[in-house]
Amino acid sequence: MSLFSHHAVGKRVKTLGAATRDAYGQALVELGQKYPQIVAIDADLSKSTKTALFAKAFPDRFFNCGIAEANMVSIAAGLAASGKIPFASSFASFLMCKGFDQIRMSIANPGLNVKLIGSHGGISLGEDGASQQSVEDFSLACALPSFSVLAPADEVSCRALVHLAGEHLGPVYIRTGRPKAPRLYPPTESFQWGKAKSLIEGQDVTIIANGLLVWEALIASDLCHEKGIDAGVIDIHTLKPMDEVAIIEAAKATGAIVTAEEHLKSGGLGSRVAHILSEHHPVPIVSVALQDTYAESGLPEELFEKYGLTARHIFHAVEQVLKKK
Amino acid sequence: MEEMIKQAQRLRRDIIVMIGEANSGHPGGSLSAADLITALYFRVLRHRQSDPDWSERDRFILSKGHAAPALYAALARSGYFPLAQLKTLRKFGSPLQGHPEKGKLPGVEASTGSLGQGISYGAGIALAGRLDRKDYRVYVLVGDGEINEGQIWEAAMFVAFHCLDHLTVILDCNRQQLDGSTKDILDIEPLADKWRAFGWHVVDIDGHDFEQILSAFDEAKRTTGKPTLILSRTVKGKGVSFMENNNEFHGVAPNQEQVKMALEELSQ
Repeated sequence: MSLFSHHAVGKRVKTLGAATRDAYGQALVELGQKYPQIVAIDADLSKSTKTALFAKAFPDRFFNCGIAEANMVSIAAGLAASGKIPFASSFASFLMCKGFDQIRMSIANPGLNVKLIGSHGGISLGEDGASQQSVEDFSLACALPSFSVLAPADEVSCRALVHLAGEHLGPVYIRTGRPKAPRLYPPTESFQWGKAKSLIEGQDVTIIANGLLVWEALIASDLCHEKGIDAGVIDIHTLKPMDEVAIIEAAKATGAIVTAEEHLKSGGLGSRVAHILSEHHPVPIVSVALQDTYAESGLPEELFEKYGLTARHIFHAVEQVLKKK
Repeated sequence: MEEMIKQAQRLRRDIIVMIGEANSGHPGGSLSAADLITALYFRVLRHRQSDPDWSERDRFILSKGHAAPALYAALARSGYFPLAQLKTLRKFGSPLQGHPEKGKLPGVEASTGSLGQGISYGAGIALAGRLDRKDYRVYVLVGDGEINEGQIWEAAMFVAFHCLDHLTVILDCNRQQLDGSTKDILDIEPLADKWRAFGWHVVDIDGHDFEQILSAFDEAKRTTGKPTLILSRTVKGKGVSFMENNNEFHGVAPNQEQVKMALEELSQ
């Protein structure tokens, strides 16, 4: 039944695939070939967000707004109001923070068909430090009525989800990441809009993760397995609309939930799962997330270790949550 | 021209009645823009009230969303919805929201009310028009207080750089903002020099003189290769003596007595 199986600790082979931002760049070109109404805009980060690929393929349908994110967001709204499907990209922190009022007023309020793609999400962008690390973007995006919010975990899921987003009518926010992401899915894996992926089914506890933390969750489930704990893993690639059925079913099946995300604890995946379960099926929950703090410069591994986002931290969260069961 | 003046007076009476009825709203900036909006809706814009989403229509964006009563009056008098609906302004359940919202009322092109966004939004529409090889024009009305917002200047750079000459900005320069005179709050004159320096063609006019207004719109249409800014010198509260240049009527509704007095003045 499970897509994945448990491995002995240390035996799960980590194969790095492309970064999700690269997968986005490629998917956007594919969408551009399919739909002439797709246009891309960027704010002087196209080489980093990977919209440069689209710019090369469709120079007439790409607009670089310069370093002016607020302007870019409102331009995207105007394009969408005229029948285009604009993909507006920048670093997640600049796009969501500098463009938020414009997103709220000119996109979310009328529900315009704009796709916002924030790259370099989370703290795994590493060395550039806290000013560039987006740790609030999901909280901001999920707060917006009419928005769908996506957090792909690897290149295959990112490419598939970008395609689904392009075909979805309505505003969408997608976070992509800077570093190469561990490969999870076979290239042919199919995804459904808003439908979570159950990777491993468990009996004792379910780890619900997104982004790079899905890989950490798989390693954590191996650690659990070694200790005789049967831990399930769900890749919840869509934060909004959230797959409530999958979450409630997991809570019913295992009676304990750990959430894991590369985002502030407040307002992200953990908050949303807790909200759903407190209303529908309360069970003990422990969240693995960035506590009430910004991070710093360093390698992604160093930062995950210091800020508590590794498989070992997830394993400890499992131990904690099981005590509350 | 006589008919335009009469129509503008009708709009002004609508504005006073609507805001009086709602007991809240922004009379000063609605009245200062009334002549400009009259010229747009009854002479300049290519539009069809029977088909508000007509793909070839010219687009009008009210970036200074608090002047919504002027826009709603122009839309109603153009036939987009019944005149009687104007009295529902700001009331629960009415599509005539306190500030315009796209999708709620036919003819409203953008949700505005958070200042500074209209030119950028218009730039998106103009880019789409260029991609689709359409010849529609985009008009954006901004306030002179509104151009304190940094995004205005981001958009000014973008529109000029991309030579979006189908986009025209009308600057309703009524020299007042909420907290006082624009000169006292954040003086940003010389305005014409600033916009020219940003690459715009500037036409400096009296925004209450229809000959000058219409000639400015003609000049904007004839100007190719760069966008046009119509620097429209207006009077806040224009047409109602006790509201003219009176900052108190920026965002305060007239009481019943004042409504009566204003309507009397506007009937002459």
